[in-house]
Amino acid sequence: MEIDPLIFRLSIFILSIFVGYYVVWSVTPSLHTPLMSVTNAISSVIIVGAIIAGLSGNSDSVFNTSSIFGFLAIALAAINIFGGFLVTQRMLAMYKKKKKDKK
Amino acid sequence: MISANLSAIFYLISGVLFILALRGLSSPETSRQGNFFGILGMIIAVTVTFLSVGNFSTGFVYVLIFILVGGSIGALIAYRIPMTAMPELVAGFHSLVGLAAVFVAISAFLNPEAFNLGMPGNIKLGSLIEMSIGAAVGAITFSGSVIAFLKLQGIMSGSPITFKGQHPLNAIILTSIIALIYLLCSTQSSNLFWILLAVSFLIGFLLIIPIGGADMPVVISMLNSYSGWAAAGIGFTLENTALIITGALVGSSGAILSYIMCKGMNRSFFNVILGGFGATEENSSSSSKEQRPVKSGNADDAAFLMKNASSVIIVPGYGMAVAQAQHALREMVDTLKKNDIKVSYAIHPVAGRMPGHMNVLLAEANVPYDEVFELEEINNDFANADVAFVIGANDVTNPVAKTDPQSPIYGMPVLDVEKCKSVLFVKRSLSPGYAGIDNDLFYKENTLMLFADAKKMTEDITKNL
Repeated sequence: MEIDPLIFRLSIFILSIFVGYYVVWSVTPSLHTPLMSVTNAISSVIIVGAIIAGLSGNSDSVFNTSSIFGFLAIALAAINIFGGFLVTQRMLAMYKKKKKDKK
Repeated sequence: MISANLSAIFYLISGVLFILALRGLSSPETSRQGNFFGILGMIIAVTVTFLSVGNFSTGFVYVLIFILVGGSIGALIAYRIPMTAMPELVAGFHSLVGLAAVFVAISAFLNPEAFNLGMPGNIKLGSLIEMSIGAAVGAITFSGSVIAFLKLQGIMSGSPITFKGQHPLNAIILTSIIALIYLLCSTQSSNLFWILLAVSFLIGFLLIIPIGGADMPVVISMLNSYSGWAAAGIGFTLENTALIITGALVGSSGAILSYIMCKGMNRSFFNVILGGFGATEENSSSSSKEQRPVKSGNADDAAFLMKNASSVIIVPGYGMAVAQAQHALREMVDTLKKNDIKVSYAIHPVAGRMPGHMNVLLAEANVPYDEVFELEEINNDFANADVAFVIGANDVTNPVAKTDPQSPIYGMPVLDVEKCKSVLFVKRSLSPGYAGIDNDLFYKENTLMLFADAKKMTEDITKNL
């Protein structure tokens, strides 16, 4: 008997939760805010679903109810992706070490 | 057009890159590289999606336009946002992830053929279950985050809104969501799908309104977690590994942060979620209204104390952020360091309005991160320090948490500020903090209260040093 592909996806999902668990515990507390903004940005990878939805129309009619929702989702996810990664970048650039030469 | 197997491999790669992005955050040195991995993962995922759909017609142009429009809005926000407003920003971003998940689910429900999920009215059972879970969690994330945003922004009152029968009502709604998903899957009725969405929006709203403004660190982390589970739900629907991995990562990340925040307040997760902290505080604060003597001083006294100290520990809190005093504080510390005084910063896990908020604000003011310490790292040092400078923090320094089992904050880990030789406490008035309880520290023999705006006081002290 063949195994349902859903089981494979479920395995990936469960294992990723464990990976996430250990990786996140190793994040230093001082970087918890960047952690939130970067998780925000990467969860917007949902944009892949939005792109499929947006491209679902045929060449005669690009816009149908389904693809309009797709386009809206693309815009929302794009705000998050750009906003999330850039604001994380901005924050991380501020974390500096003590300058040794300065007295 | 590339094969489904090849694109699956690329999605896997982008999932791995996202794991590396979080891994990078284990130290500030590797963090920037981590962020780069995250961006790379995103580029791969988006490119592969384009290639796998392989439809470069007019629709493609519109996709690019929408990405560009959204991207420029996002970039603009990212550059403009002041660091003090990070909690609002993150709450706002969570709501967008939630809404995007809802939109993708709607789109997949209306046009399942595009996603290879069957025909309208006859969607594969497994996909329909995953889709409706993703949509429901996304809707909860959206409306919950909107409320969190409004509370943080001050548009909505931060105090908990409670009414009679709230918990039974929420329980009924949550049960009805499960019932609706079951009915939806057995009938495939689109009306039920819309009702499910409406009810989920409603419950997201109802779940967050009873939670007080100061419990926001927990709420934000929790919504972070929800946005991850929503993404994972959609990932199952789309059979997309990148989304499943990311959803799981974000979901567990948010859950861990919620746990850390709850522990920082010594409250159980359910206690926070069910709200009602406001109810217990009233009776305990009104019972002890007697006036106790406090010692208050001015900038001159504070400067004198600090000049004669050999080590100073700064305890910043949300009040510092409100007063925008972090730059003035850094200048004061620079002056202290020129006088060969050892200065370090002590940060409580729930200082600020979101996890790690204080660290970002100090980093913005050019405070080196190796001078900033967490509670466990620095708590023993207070006994050896000469001066503790409390600026904008309150409840996290209250010794009552260690001594009075009656107190609502009893058992909460606090900074042992009172063990310092002297304590300088910058505050506008004697009013209690968000927990609504008096801080015993105000009345200690070795405490000098500095009643003023945090920024102004810090600047005045610097002048007097």
